[in-house]
Amino acid sequence: MIETFLNAAILKAAWPILLAGLGNTLALSLLVVPLGLAGGVVLALLSTVRVQWVRWPLMAWVDFFRAFPPLVLLIFLYAGLPFAGLEMGGFGCVAVAFFLNTGAYYGEVLRAGIESVPAGQIEAARSTGLSRLQALAHVVLPQAVRNVMPDLLSNTLEVVKLTSLASVVALPELLFQARQAQSLTYNPTPIVAAAVIYFLLLWPVVRLLSRLENRALAGRR
Amino acid sequence: MTPPAATPIVRATAIHKHFGALHVLKGVDLEVAERELVFVIGPSGSGKSTLLRCLNRLEEPSSGSVVVDGIDLLDPRTDINHARQRIGMVFQSFNLYPHMTALGNVTLALRKVAGRGRAEADAIGQAALARVGLADRAGHMPAQLSGGQQQRVAIARAIALEPRVMLFDEPTSALDPELVGSVLQVMRELRESGMTMVVVSHEMGFARAAADRVLFMDEGMIVEAGPPAQIFAAPAQERTRAFISQIKHH
Ligand SMILES: Nc1ncnc2c1ncn2[C@@H]1O[C@H](COP(=O)(O)OP(=O)(O)O)[C@@H](O)[C@H]1O
Ligand SMILES: [Mg+2]
Repeated sequence: MIETFLNAAILKAAWPILLAGLGNTLALSLLVVPLGLAGGVVLALLSTVRVQWVRWPLMAWVDFFRAFPPLVLLIFLYAGLPFAGLEMGGFGCVAVAFFLNTGAYYGEVLRAGIESVPAGQIEAARSTGLSRLQALAHVVLPQAVRNVMPDLLSNTLEVVKLTSLASVVALPELLFQARQAQSLTYNPTPIVAAAVIYFLLLWPVVRLLSRLENRALAGRR
Repeated sequence: MTPPAATPIVRATAIHKHFGALHVLKGVDLEVAERELVFVIGPSGSGKSTLLRCLNRLEEPSSGSVVVDGIDLLDPRTDINHARQRIGMVFQSFNLYPHMTALGNVTLALRKVAGRGRAEADAIGQAALARVGLADRAGHMPAQLSGGQQQRVAIARAIALEPRVMLFDEPTSALDPELVGSVLQVMRELRESGMTMVVVSHEMGFARAAADRVLFMDEGMIVEAGPPAQIFAAPAQERTRAFISQIKHH
């Protein structure tokens, strides 16, 4: 068993490939998390506009990209859009897909955060002459982010896991590299190693998250 | 009676406000002269807060006009954010920014709206905090301050912008009784410095000592107005009398 699933010689051979994959996964995360957050902030700010022709399309947009499976979205961008003459390459497709999908999720989290800030905060800010956008940026958003920090972190955890989807468009991130190594070595050890690396990467975030959630619970009491 | 001033700082004319089917302000006229302290009393729901909020356009009047310090607030060409620097507002629930220090609360608009540099804003903010007796609390977060201290920081936040008029919406209603005095003291000093003030409050003692005029509002209208002695001791209207006797017995 151990010979098959955790073979030391194979692990040693596959290690550089896996390490390159890990590097790409990290780089990808560092790209798609800020991208998704930026999209989320824009959507959340738009959600504070009380105009029908903003609200309605916004709601449709968010609902659509939350309901649409990200894998399907990615494959559509990668394999479907070229038929319309639009080729973005694997990397571009991943960036756009994550922007659309995780942006919608971050947007919902941040919207809930904004709504948790009492109206008196924005009124106080406006009464001193801050514009709507200034009041949102300096007064509301910092409090909103703090109020939904556990949800933001947990969403970020999901996003990092989702970067493994990029393997379907041949982006050499951790999962893709592990499968390469596996097919080269005819052995599942690289997959197991990748799983362990994912776990080691994300486990601290999970720990941090439960600590935050416990503290939030304690604070509410 | 208050001598009529040449030009009032606040002139609100025929203000109506509807919230959907609810007619909350029914043609309110209000003029406030320079250095005058106008007190507004009235039962809960009579429209006092709404009237005050129309004076800095936190609430958009359905009709009427509001001119403050010569600026027509309802003119679409008016830069409302610029105009609001001249109109300080203090809220019942303080509304301090909980993620900023006392000084941060006071300097935010100085830096973002009045365009002051950080050092200059800090100096102005420190001076404003000193005026409300909280020079030594500049680095405290709101949660570390008592209610009375928080409300004084909120007053400092408003006066730091050197407004021409200050609006107070029940500034002491959310405070424990023993903390009310410190806030009223700051308001008294503000009045002595010549600040024009419109105060919604039921602190009758303060009104007697500091108000030039008391307005009684009911059901969206100003029912009666006059000097505090007259309104509190000998109101002309039955509704005013009933209300006064009710708050006296609280
Ligand atoms: N944003 C709002 N939407 C709907 N109704 C409101 C709103 N603000 C105030 N009202 C209503 O207007 C009336 C007057 O309220 P308000 O001005 O707060 O009275 P007061 O300050 O004298 O207690 C109340 O009936 C209140 O419910
Ligand atoms: Mg009120």
